[in-house]
Amino acid sequence: MSNTGTPLVEMRNFSISFGGIKAVDHVTVDLHAGEVVGLLGHNGAGKSTLIKCLSGAYQADAGEVFINGEKVEIKNPRDARAQNIETIYQTLALADNLDAASNLFLGRELVNSMGFVDESKMEAETRKIMHRLNPNFQKFNVPVSALSGGQRQSVAIARAVYFNAKILIMDEPTAALGPQETQMVAELIEELKKQGLGIFLIEHDIHNVMKLCDRASVMKNGKLVGTVNVDEVTDEEILGMIILGKPSAKAA
Amino acid sequence: MADAPPTTSDTPSEDQNLSPIARFLRGTEIDTRLLGMIGALMLIWFGFHFYGVLVNGEGFFLTPRNLWNLSVQTSSIGIMATGMVLVIVTRNIDLSVGALVGVTAMVMGILQVEILPQYLGLGHGAIWIVTVIVGMTLGACIGAFHGWLIAYRGIPAFIVTLGGLLIWRGSAFLAAGGKTISPVDPTFALLGGGPYGAIGATGSWIVGILACAGVMWLLYSGRKNRRHHDFKLRPMWAETFLGALGCGVILGAVLLVNAYPWPRGIIKQYAAKNNIEVPAEGMFISHGFAIPVLILIVVGILMTILMTRTRFGRYVFAIGGNPEAAALAGINTRWMVLKIFALMGMLAGLAGVVASARLNSATNALGLLDELYVIAAAVIGGTSLAGGVGTIYGAILGALVMQSLQSGMVLIGFDTAIQQIVVGMVLVFAVYLDNLYRSKSK
Repeated sequence: MSNTGTPLVEMRNFSISFGGIKAVDHVTVDLHAGEVVGLLGHNGAGKSTLIKCLSGAYQADAGEVFINGEKVEIKNPRDARAQNIETIYQTLALADNLDAASNLFLGRELVNSMGFVDESKMEAETRKIMHRLNPNFQKFNVPVSALSGGQRQSVAIARAVYFNAKILIMDEPTAALGPQETQMVAELIEELKKQGLGIFLIEHDIHNVMKLCDRASVMKNGKLVGTVNVDEVTDEEILGMIILGKPSAKAA
Repeated sequence: MADAPPTTSDTPSEDQNLSPIARFLRGTEIDTRLLGMIGALMLIWFGFHFYGVLVNGEGFFLTPRNLWNLSVQTSSIGIMATGMVLVIVTRNIDLSVGALVGVTAMVMGILQVEILPQYLGLGHGAIWIVTVIVGMTLGACIGAFHGWLIAYRGIPAFIVTLGGLLIWRGSAFLAAGGKTISPVDPTFALLGGGPYGAIGATGSWIVGILACAGVMWLLYSGRKNRRHHDFKLRPMWAETFLGALGCGVILGAVLLVNAYPWPRGIIKQYAAKNNIEVPAEGMFISHGFAIPVLILIVVGILMTILMTRTRFGRYVFAIGGNPEAAALAGINTRWMVLKIFALMGMLAGLAGVVASARLNSATNALGLLDELYVIAAAVIGGTSLAGGVGTIYGAILGALVMQSLQSGMVLIGFDTAIQQIVVGMVLVFAVYLDNLYRSKSK
């Protein structure tokens, strides 16, 4: 993996605190096109908070985002989407009372020439993308609350993939999934990587990290411990960074 | 659907195993909730009628006259109930709508009786237009202010609108010093119904035929759209049935409102004014649809389009289902809440128009306790207080149920105390039934 050249995304010196507690403290991470960077750390290490700054859900106290070397302002989720940043949240962020198509297009509904929501077209598009991602998916006309965990996950993934994301943030995408569905997500990540997307992956399972990620950035107590090239370290070394908070000698 | 996984139990391929009723419901795609509500409504209507037959020897409920009055009485609550759906779907509540009816009606009353005639001249044709615009704008502004306090200042909707209930009721009293403002502008008064405030037999037929054409067009374009995207079509018998049912109900309503003649006194007055000789056996002039009912229908159609066909409506449901997800999807949830309350306020202003026009005056008690009837109408109509679920037609039907109960009890001579007890019990029971329905359908 070449880490030279301008990164697709660079988050420089990010800090955010909640009620006096520094959730993220001067963290800098970057991501290249066609690369998967794992964000690791204990619960509460600040991984989700960090990426929520990139997806526009939180406003950082300090920090700058550069996309392809250019500084951009991300003040809300709409700004992030405008930069082709898509996020799959840990909670999936689905409106349970709406069907798959409505969720997939939430905030970006297709409208017809009269300005009305084009429900049939959205359903047709949803059928197309779901057929690609999860061919078994059939429940198009029920609220997503009636779907299984894996089905809900595939709706959330479809939403991120459909809109031609360049930068994808996945917050524990496999946490709620069975082995077969986890494998499906892994294959999808490989495929998206080949298409040249940059992916931030928050993941707890060290085996998935070793398998899927090119680099790993480890956080502890809001601070960046270090970033390593995954194929240059062992899983024990990464675990050491997570648990002890000490940078590896081979930090990239 | 041969490619459906065998484990899924609810694929349409099992249609053959269903009972005829279930197959009928699936084919026509009729909402079973809707059927339940219509059943309840029929029960109330026939119940009151036959109670009258048994006890008083004559039933008054199922007469053109009573049903026509019922439709007029439902209008103002129904108009507000459509807005309350949006408020409740987004997990808020608006307790101030009754007070808003009061204050907007009072301001409109003063405006059209005391202020505008000075500038435009008494009975000027523009008075009613200016008055209605001012009333609805005032309602929208007050609603927007409530929405701002709720969305941008973080005060719970319950508190803001409870405060609003007291504040605006008090303001209405102060605005006219406690007086009743009467009579309103004659054109304005037509918006409240009455013999002149109805569109007559010919007008009603025109409305009815246009509505039937609308039903046909909806069915046709829906079918075309489904075919275009290769979705499953409704069976032809179901389409025919729905078309016939829709047109049947519409034409039935036309026949009903046309069967209610003007009272003899009004006819005499009308004949004298227009130099018509009234024949000895009397004249039959139909009321036709009342204008406030048409206002309610138009509001209902517009609000249904808003809720089901626009992004705004999508966002309302999304916020109700998962506010956090809506915000993460880039929806400006605060601005949405402000707009929803502004819309609610505007509809309360419109209800104020209808209510004061119907009374031909603006009184201090106008809209008193309306908030409870409006909320009850929305909830009985299937709007979930937990948010995310609700329909406009349900709320209008809910308003009709509430009003039917109310006027039915008046007709058979229950006094106010008993009316209140019954309405209260029905509300609690309806929500309980709704819970049962939802837990079963899950």
